[in-house]
Formats: sequence, C-alpha cells, structure tokens
Amino acid sequence: MIVIESLTKRYESMTAVDDVSMVVERNSITVVVGTSGSGKSTLLRMINRLIEPTSGRVLIDGRDTESEAGHVLRRRIGYVIQGHGLFPHRTVAENIGTVPRLLGWEESRIRTRTAQLLGALQLDPGQYSEKYPHQLSGGQQQRVGVARALAAEPAVLLMDEPFGALDPIIREKAQDDLLDIQRKFGTTIVLVTHDIDEAFRLGDRVAVMSAGRLIQYDRPEVLVTRPADALVARMTGSAERAMRLLSLTTAGEAALPWSACEAAADGVVVPTSASLREVLSELLWRGSECATVLDADGTPCGRLTVASIMARGRPS
Amino acid sequence: MSTLGFLLRRPASARDTEALAGIDRLGALLTLVGAAGLLLLPFVAFKANRIVPGDTRGLVEVLPTWGALGCWATLATVAAVALLVANAPLRLGAALAGLVVTAMALAGAANALTPPHDLIVRVAPGAGFWLLLASLGLLATDAITRMRPGPGVRVLLLALFLGLAGLALARGIFDNVSVMREYAVNAAAFALAARQHFLLSLGSLGAAVIVALPLGVFCHRAPRLQPGVLSALNIIQTIPSIALFGILMAPLGALAAHVPLAAAVGIRGIGAAPAVVALFLYSLLPIVANTVAGLKRVSPATVEAALGMGMTWWQTLMSVELVLALPVILTGIRIVLVQNIGLVTVAALIGGGGFGTFVFGGIGQAATDLVLLGAIPTVVLAFSAAVLLDALVERLDRVPQ
Repeated sequence: MIVIESLTKRYESMTAVDDVSMVVERNSITVVVGTSGSGKSTLLRMINRLIEPTSGRVLIDGRDTESEAGHVLRRRIGYVIQGHGLFPHRTVAENIGTVPRLLGWEESRIRTRTAQLLGALQLDPGQYSEKYPHQLSGGQQQRVGVARALAAEPAVLLMDEPFGALDPIIREKAQDDLLDIQRKFGTTIVLVTHDIDEAFRLGDRVAVMSAGRLIQYDRPEVLVTRPADALVARMTGSAERAMRLLSLTTAGEAALPWSACEAAADGVVVPTSASLREVLSELLWRGSECATVLDADGTPCGRLTVASIMARGRPS
Repeated sequence: MSTLGFLLRRPASARDTEALAGIDRLGALLTLVGAAGLLLLPFVAFKANRIVPGDTRGLVEVLPTWGALGCWATLATVAAVALLVANAPLRLGAALAGLVVTAMALAGAANALTPPHDLIVRVAPGAGFWLLLASLGLLATDAITRMRPGPGVRVLLLALFLGLAGLALARGIFDNVSVMREYAVNAAAFALAARQHFLLSLGSLGAAVIVALPLGVFCHRAPRLQPGVLSALNIIQTIPSIALFGILMAPLGALAAHVPLAAAVGIRGIGAAPAVVALFLYSLLPIVANTVAGLKRVSPATVEAALGMGMTWWQTLMSVELVLALPVILTGIRIVLVQNIGLVTVAALIGGGGFGTFVFGGIGQAATDLVLLGAIPTVVLAFSAAVLLDALVERLDRVPQ
C-alpha cells in the first residue's frame, strides 16, 4: 500500500504538484491521467524520489520513503519509462540483471530469474538473452523494459507512459500482457498516462490530475457517472459516457441466468470476458435482441438481452 | 589525401565519357605524377660530403642494366594495374610491389654509388624518388579505402608495414642511404630523442585526460558554465605553439628561480617543463569538447532508467554514460595524440628534446638528411597513432545508439 500525504513540489516559478494526497491499494493498478504539464509524472517520480518533494511524504507499506537513501529505495521499486531506456551497450540478459546485480544477488539466481521473466513475457530466453536492444522490435524492447523493472521482485512498479512509443495494435497487446503480469505477480502498479482509454482499460482506480492538483480519484465507473467537475466529464467523454460505462463491465458479470434465446439457431454467442460494449455492438450488427454467454469450456452459462445491457448503461 | 578527394568520387551513372571508359581516373593522375618524377626528376642526389649540394642522377644511371630494366618493368606493370584494374586487392598488391621496388632501387643506387668503406659520401633520395613514393603511397591508401577493411585488418596492415620496414632497417639494407648514414652517427641521440618524443606526447596527453575528462563531465552537468570553459580553452588553442612556449618560459623560469622545490623536480623556463605544459593546454579543448559531445549523445531515457533503477550518480556515470560516450571521447584523444606527436617537434626549439632536435639541427647545418632523420619517424609515429586509435574507436562504436 502506498500512502501519499500532502505531496507538493514547487519550482521557482511554478507549482508542479500541489498538495496531493491519495492511497494506492495493494495488488491493484492505479492510473494517474492528465494532460501534459498536469504534474502526473512529477507525482510519480516523487514516489521513488527521483524528484525530492518540497513538502509532504510518501509511505510504502507504512514505511516513510525518506528513511533510506534514494538509490537504495529505488532498488526496491520497479520503474518503466516511455521509450524503455534500455542500456544499448548491454545484452537483454544483462539489462534485466541490472537491479539484482546492484543488490548483490548470486549469478545463478539472476540467471534463473531472468529466464523466468523472459518466459513470462513470451520471449524465448535461449533466443533473446544474448541479443542487444537494437536487435529487438519496439514491442519486444518494451517487454524487456518491464522484465528489467520486475527483476528484483519489487512490491511496487511505477510506469511513466510505458506504452506511449508503441503503435496501437502492439499497445493493446502490451496492455493485456501487463494485466496478466499484474495478476501473476500481484504487483502494486502506479501508471501514468495521458490516454484516458488506457486509464479505463487498465485502472482499478483512476486519478485525474490537472495543473498540479488531484481532481478526482475513484473507480472508473464513478468517474463516468459522477464526474467531479467539467474537466473530468469532458475527459471521460460526456457524449460517449454510456458506452464507456458499458466497456467497464464484462458479459460474465452482467449475464442473466441462462435460458435459450428465442432467436435460436445462428444466435449471437459471446465469451464471458467480452465487455458489454462489445456485446451490444455485436447485437446491433447482427440485428439480434439476445446473446448467449459461453464460459471458458464453451458451454452456455447465461444470456444478455439488449434491454439488460441498456440498464447497465445508465448511472444506477 | 583530402585535397585529392574529388578524384575519388566516381558517379555511379556512366558520366565517364566513352573515350575514358575503363580508365581509372585516380590511377591516370598517379601514373602521370609517378612517370614525371621518374623521367624528369633526379632519383638520387650524390654528394661528396653531407653539406655540399651534390649532383643529381636518374634511375637508369645508377642501377646496373638488369636492375634498371626490372625496376622499369615492375613500375610499368603497376601503372597498367592502376589504370585498368578495378579489383582493389590487386591494386593494393601492385602498389606494395611498386613501393618495395622503389625502396630497393634507392638502396641499390646508394650501394652502387658508395665506394667500399667510404663513410663521407652521401647518396640522398631525390625529388623523383619522393614523387614516386608519394604516388605509390596514394595508390596503396586508395586501394585500402576501397577494400573497406575492418579495424583489425587495418591494424594488421600497419603492423605488416612497420614490421617490413623494421626488418629492412635491421638487416642494413638502407645503410648506405644518407638518412641512415646520419642515423649511424646519431644512434645514441636518436634513442634519447625517441624516448623524449614518446614521453612528451604521451605524458602531456595523460595529464590532459586526467584533467579534461572530469572537466568535460562537469561541463555536461553544469550547462551554464559550458560556454565559458569551452571558449577559454578555445582561446588557448588559437595561440601559436612557439608563442605559447615563449609565454610559458617567463613564469616557469621565475617559478624555478624562487621555489627551490620546483627547480628540484625539473621545472625550468626552458626544456621539458614548458613543453609539457603547453602540450597539456593544447590537449584540453579536444578532450573536453568531445567528452561533452559524447555525454550529450547518451539518450536521456537511458540515464533516467539507470537512476530510476537505483544506480548512484557515480555508477550511472561510470557504467552507463562514460561507456556510451567512450567512442566520441577516444576520437578526441586521437586528435590530441596525433596533434601532440607533431607539436613535440616544435618543442625542440626550447630545449624540450624529441625528434625536433634533428629537424632544427639539420636546418641549422643545412643538412637535409638530418632533417629527414627527425621528420620521418615523426610522420610514422603520428600515422601509426592515428590508425591504431581509429581502429579502436571503430571497434568500440560497433554498439549502435
């Protein structure tokens, strides 16, 4: 758990972060979203003290981050930045082993951990360990950047626009991978982005910042249904808010008890992981009123009707 | 070489006119220059002793018939290859064969013209020899450039050249040539001068690296001070070397006169001390400027990642920033080393020693051979340093940014 208390960063002429307090829950993904200059990156860098705050403090699992030297603190916190920042003169394996080596791990342990991480990120260790960063594609470089940040098993992972340099299709895949990794390792992730769609896709909780202040910090659906001000409303897209709300719920969560759809034979079937937005879109396209929800084994486990989906697209 | 660069440009589309098709343009020019040297200018100068001007001899006059014929035949073949053959290794081989034959012809001429056991007469290389040597040398370097050899091969070629030259000198093949006559008389002084030359150029470089590297890092970290530091070093760079030696003589002389310790460690107004100080000052700008440029080339994301992962600023500097900047820094060091090897020659004027001693001694005595005894090793030294460091830079720069 990360507790941020009245964190402020003032430069000579401007206040970058103005009295921000928030609590980041364990094993969750918190996304800080805002325009450039909103102070979101400065806030992130004050958590690992790459930037020293003017006032306020940060507690990680109850321990004040000021209680140890900055570089020692940072070895316990994973850090991923836009454009990956891999060391061009070191191989993939050496890059991933950076923090474990700083911490004095044994070589055999570093090797095991490196292979494990590469495997988890779908990079064959035998094929990629000895490659240099420039020999990898953008998506692979990004994954190595994540592996490097996770190498020393940090409880907290900070990510600053980690997917900003990727093209849209690879970015979506990278976002899915991140959700998998978070589930697998249970890491507490704080991610900064200017992309509200990314925030809604990844965030268990979303913090909206503007001009150094924290405007709203809540679950994504609350941001849509009860925006704190006009800025949040505009960001979450007032014209599209119903669809955005639908995108936050999966078919599995919203399914009605199963009974056969009347339209029968070539009826619409959807997996439990599909969002209501996708189900509604599919129903509109097929001109159907009812979809059958299939579980992972392919057996019907519920159904969704246009009316039941519509009920979910309104603030309750 | 750079002034001849325009000759090396060969448009891919057939801009060459029909009449010239197939004829190598650089080869044509070099053949012309070499032939002119061979036919119109004296190959050697024969002097009764080291000071008199002497009279000149052509190649045919000084070699036995079979030797002259062999020489002509080889050089004609080299010219044909230079004109008509595009294959670079073949061109290199021809140029090297030409160089060996020319050198052997010089040695042969010296042996033929020197009466047995005579140590007074001098047989010096003439203008024709030098022109021939220059055109063959250019042919060889052009062939090497066209082959695009890797750094290892270039160092190997250099070692081969130095080894062959060293072997020929050790076997006494050139003992009757005037420069080697001067060497025979000055052997002890030559060894001393070589040691001084090494020490002065490498010592001032070492001192400059120790000061300039941290200064460069400092300039990179404090960009506001960078223009001031760099322009101060720039001003030093614009002072002519003789003037700088002169400027340093007064304060160093005063220091030696008033501080006994300074005098005891060898500081004087003249000699090695002002030479080292001046060379050190000249060395600062290239190293500082290249350190700044090299560090600037390191991506900010890489540095931020290093700090973000918990490296200290010292670890970041040593294992990331300087390592990535190293090829550019080494380029600066290469500039300084080659520059110093040349400038040390001038330091002989203020008693600094080195090969310059022979150059200025020779000028004073109007003895060209003595000048060459100082100039040739200086050129070979500078050339070797450039090849070695270029190869090292290229080797390190293999990791792309």
